[in-house]
Amino acid sequence: MAFFLAQFLTGLANAAALFLVASGLSLIFGVTRIVNFAHGSFYMLGAFIGITLMDILPGHVGFWGAILLTGLAVGVIGALTEMIVLRPIYRAPELFQLVATFGVILVIQDLALMIWGAEDKLGPRAPGLRGVWRIFGEPVPKYDIVLIAITPFILFALWYLITKTRLGILVRAATQDREMVGALGVNQAWLFTGVFALGSALAGLGGALQLPKGGADLLMDFNIIGEVFVVVVIGGMGSLPGAFIAAVLISVLNVFGVTYLPQSTLVLMYVVMAIVLIIRPWGILGREEAAGEHGQVGSPERPIRPYGPKGIALTSAFVLALALVPLFAEQFVLTLIVDMIVFALFAASLHFILGTGGLVSFGHAAFFGGGAYAAALLVFHTGTPMELAFLFAPLAAGLLALAIGWFCIRLSGVYFAMLTLAFSQLVWSLAFQWRDVTRGDDGLVNIWPAEWLNAPAPFYYFTLILGTGGIIFLRHVIHSPFGYALRAGRDSPRQAEAMGIDVKRVQYAAFCLAGIMAGLAGGIFVFSKGSVFPTVLEIGESFDALIVVFLGGVKTLAGGVVGAGFMTGVEDWLTRLEYWRLLLGLVIISVVILMPEGIVGTLSTLWRKIRHTDEETIR
Amino acid sequence: MTLIRRTVLGMIAATALAPAAMAQDTIKVGEINHYKRMAAFAEPYKKGIELALSEINADGGVLGKPLEFVFRDDQGDPAEAVKIAEELMTREGAVMFTGTILSHVGLALSSFAAEKGYLYLASEPLADSLVWNSGNPWTFRLRASTWVQAAMLAEEAAKTDAITYATIAPNYAYGQDAVNAFKENLQRLKPEVEFVAEQWPALFNIDAGAEVQAIERAKPDAIYNVTFGSDLAKLVREGGDRGLFDGRSVYGLLTGEPEYLEPLGDEAPEGWYVTGFPWYAFDEGTPAGTFVAAYEAATGETPKIGSLVGYMTAQSIAAAINTAGSTDGDAIRQAFEDLTVDDTPIGALTYRAIDNQSTLGAWVGTTAVEDGKGVMVDWEYKDPAPYMPSDEDITAMRPAE
Repeated sequence: MAFFLAQFLTGLANAAALFLVASGLSLIFGVTRIVNFAHGSFYMLGAFIGITLMDILPGHVGFWGAILLTGLAVGVIGALTEMIVLRPIYRAPELFQLVATFGVILVIQDLALMIWGAEDKLGPRAPGLRGVWRIFGEPVPKYDIVLIAITPFILFALWYLITKTRLGILVRAATQDREMVGALGVNQAWLFTGVFALGSALAGLGGALQLPKGGADLLMDFNIIGEVFVVVVIGGMGSLPGAFIAAVLISVLNVFGVTYLPQSTLVLMYVVMAIVLIIRPWGILGREEAAGEHGQVGSPERPIRPYGPKGIALTSAFVLALALVPLFAEQFVLTLIVDMIVFALFAASLHFILGTGGLVSFGHAAFFGGGAYAAALLVFHTGTPMELAFLFAPLAAGLLALAIGWFCIRLSGVYFAMLTLAFSQLVWSLAFQWRDVTRGDDGLVNIWPAEWLNAPAPFYYFTLILGTGGIIFLRHVIHSPFGYALRAGRDSPRQAEAMGIDVKRVQYAAFCLAGIMAGLAGGIFVFSKGSVFPTVLEIGESFDALIVVFLGGVKTLAGGVVGAGFMTGVEDWLTRLEYWRLLLGLVIISVVILMPEGIVGTLSTLWRKIRHTDEETIR
Repeated sequence: MTLIRRTVLGMIAATALAPAAMAQDTIKVGEINHYKRMAAFAEPYKKGIELALSEINADGGVLGKPLEFVFRDDQGDPAEAVKIAEELMTREGAVMFTGTILSHVGLALSSFAAEKGYLYLASEPLADSLVWNSGNPWTFRLRASTWVQAAMLAEEAAKTDAITYATIAPNYAYGQDAVNAFKENLQRLKPEVEFVAEQWPALFNIDAGAEVQAIERAKPDAIYNVTFGSDLAKLVREGGDRGLFDGRSVYGLLTGEPEYLEPLGDEAPEGWYVTGFPWYAFDEGTPAGTFVAAYEAATGETPKIGSLVGYMTAQSIAAAINTAGSTDGDAIRQAFEDLTVDDTPIGALTYRAIDNQSTLGAWVGTTAVEDGKGVMVDWEYKDPAPYMPSDEDITAMRPAE
């Protein structure tokens, strides 16, 4: 019994920092609707700034003073980030801002490396709180008890702020209907900045508070972000008490998981999230999202139409040009273009459900990696000929999409996104931990194409035909009746239902088709690299695709493809430089600010302006 | 839209042409690593290479030309690493490539090297499969493998009375291999040993308090630790506070390496038997001591084990090219088989023809805190040969060549 209690206390202590960070993220999302991936970076900044301040300020007052100052400092950094990076793009399409926050992550990573160096830093001890107290004979670190004692005060302070103050009233009002708050004369810009600063400050506080239990290192931003999102989603986006309950739930379950199922450390929280979302689609204390709440922002978009003869001619010329490349280019250029086509197909498949279907998936890598693994497993274990194994890639990915989609499709918005993320993490952990079959992160190696394809030029044509074929096929589907039904479901589910379209079934079918196409890309990928590792199933892979779709332009047809080409090219250039993450982050942020409709969207708007043909008025 | 496509195409063409026109007056070696993602480990490694290069080139380079390393960042992504390797070999004119810390990136490069007939020296990755189960003629490896280092610790553990063991290792291939190697070696030496708890925290995301409680619950006589980096710091802190290590012998793989021991400061664990790199205790004038002095003079920093590996990587490659007498990949590959590199910090180093593994061993010793810093005392350098599987076993493991 004493042991259980001690375990429970460990869980509660872990929940403290987690709750702080999660509450900040939840606040920011609730009011600004920004899915802030840079939140983990503010947590990391909090840890580094905290250590620096604790070095300067000695003693009890210094330690606790340093934590408060850290919160302030990170709050200021958050406010600046919001004003410089996010304020210009609030009117961009839904979720576009997450791309900007991704740029912020890269920038902060390199800045932290420049300022604090590469070596891990051990956190200072809280003065007077080294060692343990014994509770029923079980040792419990003193600092754990202090953390457990502090958390209710923080929860109470936040609760008071939200329910009893004018700022809190505005925040709640904005969470429910931000346009109305604006219409009532509240300066939304400063409200958003204030909330963003508060949320960042909470993350910074969390980073500083955990120092005596850990330290600061350059990987902690990515390490916490997954957990924080899980907590916020389980609790219900925007709900503070929900975040608290979820933080405690996850932390305590983790502690028991460590003891009774030690192998479960990688996936436990995602399993919990999947179960919660399947039972309660809006988290424990979240509420259903009102339709259209964060749907259309800005002017209504122009309907997408197939290319005219000119467009078709130019596209054909471009593909023809690509077909001629092997005649004059060196080998590496072919490899680079193969990489681009594979990535473009992967991005186009995501773009298909995201742009046309309005389904934001955070777990699309499950199908790309799933396809790659399906083919690789066949070759590795049974020596299946490449041609057959390759066909298996889209097939397996499609089946996987059929299974995952069955659970996910009933959800919408961010909850749909997070459930796909949870499932892709499950697939990842399967590849990672089922070593007898997948060899874990030793990966499957020596997966090379069949003899007749195993040279740069043949494989290039193989990729070109399947890749561009897949992309063109997806575009045809968009212009088919099925594509129109899908778009109708995205723009107005109720009207679509009234017209007799089974919106969910159409979305389900689109989800599977996107999975098949991602699997096809994965199949080409595995034979072009000769090996596959669980990295292709990681969250980062899903986000790469998401980011290029947004960068290219969600509401355009070519967004995914152009974004993928742009990103592959820019990365290939920048990674040659020392501080490439900083530069890449700045490139992403500037594209986002300068081209809020994405590269293609902004350029085509510009083009129409130059030619003075405002087609919307004609229609 | 098409404008963009042209721009992209133009960009491809520009990237294609830009660096290609460099003159070939140096001998180039590609070096692919996770310089950003694993900055704490990759930076000292790079400095070690640069030190060796400055010495090699001051002595006239290799084959009368300066030796040059082309450093590239692969973001820790195997697919990216393979792409970069191809670019280095086909466009930059590299004669071979080396690098990586993460084992899975090393395995991807190794598979690529074998397929294309390029030479790859895996400098830092530790996975056993790199030279054994997935070994191939085109891949050589410098560092002592997980198996060997774990066997050294198991040998010491077998000498004690401890019967029940708990293990804690990061939840990925390296951690699992390290635990299996320790188990197999220890149970061979002392069959009555029992493993009562196996803990698998997520890499760099340990829940230290819970792990410590779980180990304590099993009441083991001894603990085998494979965690490192920030996980190790948290484990040591929580375990120390909660008295987990009191009265127990602890064996720590890699724990004594400066990369991991130094950040712990005066909280470094005491009395653990570990593998590591006691650079502070090398005598002046010995090869190792000379290396340490040169490194400190060149960089103004104290060396990490990565520094040593980087230094010996460049030394090995220079020796292989000199022995081959040409920059042809296959000639260098043949030179690497049974290659002896003289005057390395550990003396003469050999690359075994049987499994392409070098004879770099490991330092083992006991941790202590001196002057507020964690150090290894009573250490010795151990040759890997006695800890290797038999030649027959290795031949059976390696795919037929």
